[in-house]
Order: sequence, then C-alpha cells, then structure tokens
Amino acid sequence: MQELFLGNEAVARGLWEAGCRFVSSYPGTPSTEITEYAAQYAEIDAEWAPNEKVAFEAAHGACIAGARAFCGQKHVGLNVAADPLFTASYTGVNAGLVVAVADDPGMHSSQNEQDSRHYARATKIMMLEPADSRECLEYTKLAFELSEQFDTPVLLRLSTRISHSRSLAEPGAREERALKEYHKNPRKYVMMPAMAKERHALVEQRILAQREWAETCGLNRAEYFDQTIGVICSGINYQYAREALGEGASYLKLGCVYPLPERLLKEFCARCDVVYVAEDLDDYIEQHCKALGLAVRGKDVFPLLGEFSQNLIKKAILGEEPPHPVAALQPPPRPPVLCPGCPHRGLFYALKRLDVYVSGDIGCYTLGSLPPLGMLDTCVCMGASVSGLHGRNKANPENARKSVAVLGDSTFIHSGITGLINIAYNRSNSVVIILDNSITGMTGHQQNPTTGKTLKGDPAAAVSLEALCAAVGIGHVAVVDPYDMKAAEEAIKAALAAGEPSVVISRRPCALLKHVKHNPPLRVNEACTGCKSCMRIGCPAVSMKAGEGRAKAAIDPTQCVGCGLCAQMCRFGSIE
Amino acid sequence: MEQVSIMIVGVGGQGTLLASRLLGAALLSSGCGYDVKVSEVHGMSQRGGSVVTYVKFGERVASPIIDLGEADVILAFEQLEAARWLPYLKPEGKVIVNTQRIDPMPVITGAAEYPQGIVEHLRAAGVAVQAIDALALAMESGSAKAVNVVLLGALAKQLLRSSELADATGVSPGIPRGTWEEAVRSTVKPQFAEMNLKAFALGWAA
Repeated sequence: MQELFLGNEAVARGLWEAGCRFVSSYPGTPSTEITEYAAQYAEIDAEWAPNEKVAFEAAHGACIAGARAFCGQKHVGLNVAADPLFTASYTGVNAGLVVAVADDPGMHSSQNEQDSRHYARATKIMMLEPADSRECLEYTKLAFELSEQFDTPVLLRLSTRISHSRSLAEPGAREERALKEYHKNPRKYVMMPAMAKERHALVEQRILAQREWAETCGLNRAEYFDQTIGVICSGINYQYAREALGEGASYLKLGCVYPLPERLLKEFCARCDVVYVAEDLDDYIEQHCKALGLAVRGKDVFPLLGEFSQNLIKKAILGEEPPHPVAALQPPPRPPVLCPGCPHRGLFYALKRLDVYVSGDIGCYTLGSLPPLGMLDTCVCMGASVSGLHGRNKANPENARKSVAVLGDSTFIHSGITGLINIAYNRSNSVVIILDNSITGMTGHQQNPTTGKTLKGDPAAAVSLEALCAAVGIGHVAVVDPYDMKAAEEAIKAALAAGEPSVVISRRPCALLKHVKHNPPLRVNEACTGCKSCMRIGCPAVSMKAGEGRAKAAIDPTQCVGCGLCAQMCRFGSIE
Repeated sequence: MEQVSIMIVGVGGQGTLLASRLLGAALLSSGCGYDVKVSEVHGMSQRGGSVVTYVKFGERVASPIIDLGEADVILAFEQLEAARWLPYLKPEGKVIVNTQRIDPMPVITGAAEYPQGIVEHLRAAGVAVQAIDALALAMESGSAKAVNVVLLGALAKQLLRSSELADATGVSPGIPRGTWEEAVRSTVKPQFAEMNLKAFALGWAA
C-alpha cells in the first residue's frame, strides 16, 4: 500500500529494507531527516558523528567489518568527508556502503551552491539520482546491490526539493543480512603507494564495467513523445521538465548520473530534432554530451544560478510565461531572524556594545549578521571562525584586542576544536566564544557530543567544553549566561584584555527546546517614553505601536518568552 | 495537466508544516486515488522567515512545487505573506487570508513600512479573497496556536464547495468533513484533539 514519504524518509526506509545495520552522519539541511528517520528503526544502529569525515570513516569501517552501512550529509558536508571518500573509492567495500549527498540549488539553507556531481567524477564513484520518494526508496536499495556488485561505495545524490518533498512510495519488508565475513586483505584495504597503484587500475576497470551497466540498467530511460524537442535530465529537473512540456517533448531521464550512458545519449540525440540538457547548477551532463560530439543546448538558455522550476524550463524552451495576478504593493522582505528568547541575541548585543570584529560560523547565530545586530564580519564554513581569527591575529597582533570568533557547541566539536588547538599551539591571543545552547540548533535540534544524549536518546558521555579547552592549553576560560548582557560584556572584555588565548562559553539552552521553561510574557507599562532602546536587540516580539502621541513599545504575548533582554535595555523601568 | 495546486504560506513558526501534512494525510485517506505531492522548506527560513509549502494532487503530479500563476488556492497565514505570494495564484484562483499581522524585522527596525490595506490590494488584483480573523477564532477554540487548524478548516470547506474548481481542473478536490476530522485526530497529540477539532469547525464555518 502506497504512503506519503518525505524524500529523506524514503531513503531511510530504503536503508532499513536493504538490511543496513549502521548509519553515521552529521546533520545538514536538507539531508538531516534521513538519519533521524533511520534512527527510528531498531535494527539500525544510527548515530550522529562529530563531523562528516568521522561519519564517513565510521561507515566505511562498518562496511569493511561486513555490515551494510550508510552516511548522509549536505553538499558542503561531503567536502569535509572528501578525504576518505577519494581513497575509499580505491579500497572498495566488503558489505555495501551508500553515501547520500544533498545539494541545495537556490541556497535555501546553505553557504554555497556547489554541484556535488563533480565528486562522482572526481572520485570515480558511481552516483544515482532519484526523482521522487519512490525512487529514493528503490535507488537506496539498489545502491547497496551495486556497491557490492562493483566493490565500490555508491553516491546517492539528492537535492532540497527531492529531500523535502512528500510523494507516494510503496514500503516493503526488510531483508535481514548477516554480517559478511572480513578477510584480512592489505592489498585492498591498506592504501600505501604499492597497493594503491594496483587498486587505481581496478577502479578504472570498474568504471568501464559500470559504463556498460549504465547503458542497460533501466535507470536511464528514454520516454518518447513528440520528438521535435528532446530533454536530457535527472532528479527534480525531470519532474520540472515533465510538468513544463508534458507529452510535447521526449525525455531521457537519467537515474545514474555517473558514469553516464554514452550510447543512450547518442541514440536519444539522434532521434530528437533539438535536444536540451535541463540541469540546474553546473553544465555537468552538457559538457559530457559535448565531449561526445553531441549538439545539445544547455547553459545557453538555462541559468547557472539558482534552482529551476517548470516555468523556468517552459520559458527557456518554449518562450512561454503563464499570466499571473499582481498586487500594487511591494511587500517588505521577511528574512529569518533569531527567535524570541534566543540566547545568542544577548551575546551579540554585548559584542555590539564592544564594537569588535566578529569571525562568524555556520549555525543559527549566522543570523546575528542581519540588522539590527549586524555583527558578523565573516562566515565561510564549519569551524572557520576559529582558524580564521587566528590568521587575522597573526596578520596583525593588534587585532586580537578587538576581535572574537563565535561558533556553536556542535560546530565547535565539528571542527572548531582543531582551530582552537592551533590557537593554543601557535599562540595567538585570540578570543573564541562558544555559543553553547545545548543542541545543534539550525538543523532542527540534533543531539551532539556535548549534550549528553545520543541520536537515539540514550544517555551518553558529554564533552566538558571547559575541561576540553583547558586540556588543549587555553589558560583563560570563562562561562557566562547570555541573558545577563552586562555580565556577558564584562566576560568578553576580560578575555580581550587577558593577553592570552581565551575562551568564553556563553551558556544557555536554545529557547525552542521542549524542556526549557519560559517566564510569563513581559509587558510595557505607562513609563515607556517611546525611546526605542528596546528595539535595538532585534527581538521579533517587540515592536512600536502607534497610539496617542509618540509610538510606544509593545510586546507580543504570543511570541514573548520572558527572557528579559528588552527590560535590560530599558532605562525607564517600563518593561516588567 | 489536470491537478489542483494549493499553496500554504506564512511566517516560520506559525505551523504551516502541520497544516500541509494534515492536508496530505486527508487526501490520502479520502481514498480518492490521486497522486499527491507536498513540498516543504526546512532549515533557515523556519526561523521567523517567510515560509511556503506546496500541496498538489491529481491524476499525475510531476513537479512538487508551484510556480507563478499556478496555484488554485493560496492559504495565507499572514496578510503580508498573502501579498508576497499572490503572483503564484492563477488569475481565477482564490486567496484565503488570515488578517493577522506579523511585522517582519525590516518593519520592526523601521527600515520598511508594513503596507496598509493588503486585503483591498488583493481584491484589486482581481482575484477572489476570503479574509478570516483566524487568530480570534483560534483563541475562541482555546489556543492561539490553533491558527493553522482554523485555516485548514476554511480551506477544507473551500475545497468542498469548489465546483468551479472541479470544472476548471477536472479534479474534484472535495474531501468529506469526517475525513478531515480523522486526519486532525490522528496527527495531533490526544490531549489537544478536542481543541483542534473545535478550531477546525470554526474555520469550516468562517
């Protein structure tokens, strides 16, 4: 019986049905729910790793030990896992190993728009790309078969609209699989030059075999309707093209995007008058077609930026745009904001008062760069706040007195700790602020090694951030509650003045956590003069309401959680 | 392609995701045999940003998203969001708009003004508009948080009486009220079931 499955949920179902026993991932939108759903199956040992490299290596280790294994991440997460990924292509697998990577065209929740298909080609690892939840489930299962058949990890490429759309899929039963026996085999698993040279030759042979497979596997299929227009596409772009052109065009739908089926591409191009490659992000398939001498059209009509849609494809190919209503007003934008009661807000306001350079990082606190706080100077990738600050302070040691790094607890464990070791070891008087909100926030509340709980909710060892910082050689470690903005400011000031590598831990659980008890909503009394001081912290629950005379502050009781920051801003005692 | 396209738009945190899930569940359990696709956005925009969910159903649904000029109904949880997403409506489509106002940060900081007369602007664009004070109805049902279920009630009623919609698309979008109530009951926590059913009924009658 068919059910509605989120794409990520269908991948998790596929893992379970394929007899997968071990899952290790680091959360990242839009990939996170795969691992969360996988954790709901008792037969799967699913866990959050400190970062994607650890996750991949754990999954690889499990597959060598004979368990079907999986790791999933967003596109930029695969950069972190890229080091072992390249060499795992050489070692191959024992039991199957499937690696999901979720791209984010249009950057709904990402810092870049990279196209992960390049990884398949670069690592010589085959890549499947499902186009709906049914295929998410089927391809995941198939990926394990292929992994074992060809002795290779298999990449499963997803994108935001596949991962986060619900469509119908038919769940099946689990195929229980015993652990495959491990045989010691240094020529296969010990990658030093002599062995790796042999393995590289095997990788090249493997690709040839996979190329043959790709021609006849059924995942790459031509759908012939009107042959004046042909569209080569994969994943979500197949759905956009089908919706845009219906039976007014023919389609070569690619379920395997590496290696590509060259004979099928040639045959399709020969049978259609004009062939378009509809692919968002890079011209990956287009370039391949052109290398084969096929006269396809692609980025001459389609953009390199952003995500596609049915209208975009219709306009590019047919030049048609549907009519739509227009309102005679320009709605102001509604950017995401730090939530009411967010512990990061008080800390950012303290930084604003100190007027410091802020080396930023990836998480909810990246929102601290937006007005009215506007406090980030940089944001690049996980952990870059810490290492980047060190470089800044090495470039000019004077910077150290007016510069800090900010990153969350999970990001610190992910890759901030290595930067901090670098600060202690190579001695820059850098001040690192760990925004410890007791959870991985932006991706929707995942446990991490500092929270004392595993993905499955079991109690776990909790990293002591204070002890960890001290252990790597940080002499000045302070802990502060960011709801007390004065104290936070003083603690940062003291760290900046300490003249040594320092850490300030700003500790207060995320206001959205279920176990966090909120205070009653605050109110504005008669003493309000309308000075707007309370507006400077950028809380969405506080606004100015026009009345008689000057507009006065007002607090939305449905949003306010009583954190008291606005009251600390008020000099007239008008918020209580 | 014969299909019905519904957009649910609002502000992150208003419960649009639950509404779209309920709609998806009701469509499936109605036994209509339709293909159904629901597309959501998770992550950054959930933090108080503008959020949109697409629900599409019909004989065959390819794209999970709704593009400019394609929505049969826009269910807006907030006025400004109705205006923002209006161009996604079919010219003959309908907007069901909650008259609640939630100021975006540029308005709070004074960098922009909240537009006046949004509902009138929507009507002036030539589309059908049903304005509902869903927050008041949610409070009446027992919780401000039930705004999403109130609005879902209004949408359910709209789908049932959309004979024009059925003519235009060839897909009958009506789902019996009992199916909706079952979907509400099976999706929310048991202790909130009665409150949510009351919210649904108030939206249905709005």
